[in-house]
Amino acid sequence: MQRIGVFVCHCGSNIAATVDVKKVVEMAALEPGVVHAEDYQYMCSEAGQAKIDAAIKEKNLTGIVVCSCSPRMHETTFRNAAKRAGLNPYMVEIANIREHCSWIHKNMEEATKKAVILARAAIAKVSLNTPLQQGESRVTKRALVIGGGIAGIQTALDIAEAGYEVDIVEKTPSIGGRMSQLDKTFPTLDCSACILTPKMVEASAHEKINIYTYSEVEKVSGFVGDFTVDIRKKARSVNMDKCTGCGVCQEKCPSKKTPNEFNRGLNTRSAIYTPFAQAIPNVPVIDREHCTKFKTGKCGVCAKVCQAGAIEYDQQDEIVTEKYGAIVVATGFDVIKLDQYDEYAYSQSPDVITSLELERIMNAAGPTKGHLERISDHKAPKNMVFIQCVGSRCADKRGKSYCSKICCMYTAKHAMLIRDKYPDVNVTVFYIDVRTPGKNFDEFYRRAVEEYGVNYIKGQVGKVAPQPNGQLLVQGVDLIDNKQILMEADMVVLAAAIEPNKDVRKIATMLTASIDTNNFLTEAHPKLRPVESPTAGVFLSGVCQGPKDIPETVAQAGAAAVKAIGLLAKDKLLTNPCTAKSDELLCNGCSTCANVCPYGAISYIDKEVNDHGIRETRHFAQVNSALCQGCGACTVACPSGAMDLQGFSNRQIIAEVDAICR
Amino acid sequence: MSIEKTNEFRPKIVAFCCNWCSYAGADLAGSSRLGYPADVKIIRVPCSCRVNPMFILRAFEKGADGVILCGCHPGDCHYTTGNYYARRRMTLLFSMLDYLGVENGRTRVEWVSAAEGVKFSTTMNEFVEKIHSLGKNVRLEDLRCRN
Ligand SMILES: Cc1cc2nc3c(=O)[nH]c(=O)nc-3n(C[C@H](O)[C@H](O)[C@H](O)COP(=O)(O)OP(=O)(O)OC[C@H]3O[C@@H](n4cnc5c(N)ncnc54)[C@H](O)[C@@H]3O)c2cc1C
Ligand code: SF4
Ligand code: SF4
Repeated sequence: MQRIGVFVCHCGSNIAATVDVKKVVEMAALEPGVVHAEDYQYMCSEAGQAKIDAAIKEKNLTGIVVCSCSPRMHETTFRNAAKRAGLNPYMVEIANIREHCSWIHKNMEEATKKAVILARAAIAKVSLNTPLQQGESRVTKRALVIGGGIAGIQTALDIAEAGYEVDIVEKTPSIGGRMSQLDKTFPTLDCSACILTPKMVEASAHEKINIYTYSEVEKVSGFVGDFTVDIRKKARSVNMDKCTGCGVCQEKCPSKKTPNEFNRGLNTRSAIYTPFAQAIPNVPVIDREHCTKFKTGKCGVCAKVCQAGAIEYDQQDEIVTEKYGAIVVATGFDVIKLDQYDEYAYSQSPDVITSLELERIMNAAGPTKGHLERISDHKAPKNMVFIQCVGSRCADKRGKSYCSKICCMYTAKHAMLIRDKYPDVNVTVFYIDVRTPGKNFDEFYRRAVEEYGVNYIKGQVGKVAPQPNGQLLVQGVDLIDNKQILMEADMVVLAAAIEPNKDVRKIATMLTASIDTNNFLTEAHPKLRPVESPTAGVFLSGVCQGPKDIPETVAQAGAAAVKAIGLLAKDKLLTNPCTAKSDELLCNGCSTCANVCPYGAISYIDKEVNDHGIRETRHFAQVNSALCQGCGACTVACPSGAMDLQGFSNRQIIAEVDAICR
Repeated sequence: MSIEKTNEFRPKIVAFCCNWCSYAGADLAGSSRLGYPADVKIIRVPCSCRVNPMFILRAFEKGADGVILCGCHPGDCHYTTGNYYARRRMTLLFSMLDYLGVENGRTRVEWVSAAEGVKFSTTMNEFVEKIHSLGKNVRLEDLRCRN
């Protein structure tokens, strides 16, 4: 018989306000096997843990139950406390009487009753616990960063600086991400390329960093410390080693009608292209979908003009398989499609643009060489209207419920830059709220209003109507003066909501990392573990986790790097001992379990057994505990009931069911 | 909420929650103070695929009035494929239970992610409501256990 100690936590008043803690102690003490029961203000505190320590030693406890917050909070704390007192850490069970009880029930009697039942279930379970030993697994000292935006670049640099090898996988032909498309950046108005390019160069030159551009992650297997990843290097059709980056091919390519993604489709590019001048690597790719040679077999101009002989039309996609200890996701974002926002006439008028398009228009390397002009007739605008929160903070299905966070600031930036360079242009901003929390952010916005005379109107725009004369009629309301507004504009700029990159779902599925209802990657804890995914060994960097500006992205990128470094610095990892185990005498070697195991952890061995005096050689399942992740799929599939999961055994779970239904 | 208005019948409801998504979703419901009736008691399992149909039969045998299984959304299973196994097993089990007279409303599978505290709470409220409308379950109860 187990000697069980029960410890009931008040959690200040978090539990004690709705659960009669003393009653729980009293009832728990009556359960079979319980030889000690007490309560304390904060079990997780040092004094609380000391109580556990003392009771284990004095009463020779063989198992303990802590009735407290979720095991996801403090299971490790209490396991460690048990371990220090000489008890096997897996002889600890938690009854979650806070998140699953005191916080959701208001009636004290009901909550207390439920807490008693939850305690009984945990006691019943711990009575059947057996000591478990953690195994060890090795750590591959190399990290993978998926996405080569500022987040991915910063994370890779920080990991590399700590001395570990890092690979960056970027799906476009160059690293740089959205930041490379920006003109100037708030709140200091530095030129984006001027601060980004040095980082890109540093990453590409770093001896510990290896960059796969125009590549995608195809398959991920393994687990923390030991991931195996297949990377598809898409055929570039240009030999990276031979190409000198002269650019002659792009100039001479006759197929120049492809919408230029980098300039958000505002102009066109050639079929062989580098996305932008500072691209890293500075090696073009042939967009096979638009290349005449690939479409019709004729052309081949680029191969003829290339002095270096770098053009290789017969290149094939290549799959590289690499091992990694840690994976950082930095897949960033895109702006939402606006085809559902007909009221703003985005699809009807070329002069209604998104803010990201405006970044390209303002940029000296952009489609208009940095001149502010209308796309329709290249005329300089006189009146510009900015509309905030297009698809952000949106109640209906078309948009996003969240605030995109960066738009208030970049619109203030745009307004200020325009007024600075073109003082004749009138700038009006329609907003719901101006949100400027952040260092020097509100000051920045106030400068736009006070120094640059930007006209901010609190209110929404109902309609933008293109007029026959090419003007845009903007109908809105001014909520402060409570009046309708009708104004003509030459250009309308929409602050379109941002959303996670659409591929993120695929990546999350491969990594078994979770994503929220908006497709942002979920962190392990929203407050305390913001850069870790709930999946061990997977970390989050940048906007893929939630809307952020560059300073926040860089800070988070560094934090993710530190977490990855912490993992890579370990030589061995302790593994989860709650693994499956098959009972030799019950197993009939049917191999059902091996078919359902997602990790290939089950193999079959022939072994001589002694079954009630009969010696014979049998074929039975054996679980490799280093590979088993403890899902339990095999235990249910096993037709002979031979397979069981340690720590969550059939008997333990049934004991919990019985205790709850008692 | 249904607790207050029905003093006579307090259903026993067992909720199996996978550790990675639904248990965390239940925690989030808790920290966001999104209430649901105290009749629901949660058992933590590593994955929805750990739930043996035997556990569910056992619950009904011991007098449970409803059993709900919650796991990660299809495609999001921490162990890649576990919830697909659970889904298939439960479809089979629930139709057999229905045949035995344990109405379909007493059993349920629901996908709740770690971010869906609201969904967890509304699911539990709905489920308890449903069990109230079905009343006490007597079909599989082992009468020898009754005290
Ligand atoms: C109009 C506009 C103006 C802005 N102005 C400012 C400003 O002035 N100041 C400021 O601080 N912030 C500004 N921002 C915000 C800034 O752009 C972001 O904070 C920053 O770019 C986030 O970097 P990231 O690396 O997380 O994401 P991204 O820049 O989106 O980088 C993600 C990278 O991952 C790659 N990728 C995606 N999926 C995959 C995949 N499956 N496999 C491989 N690679 C993949 C992408 O190709 C991309 O290169 C602005 C944003 C917008 C839209
Ligand atoms: S083959 Fe012709 S069309 Fe294709 S990239 Fe080269 S030059 Fe352009
Ligand atoms: S518990 Fe899961 S991972 Fe472990 S052997 Fe069984 S099926 Fe494989």
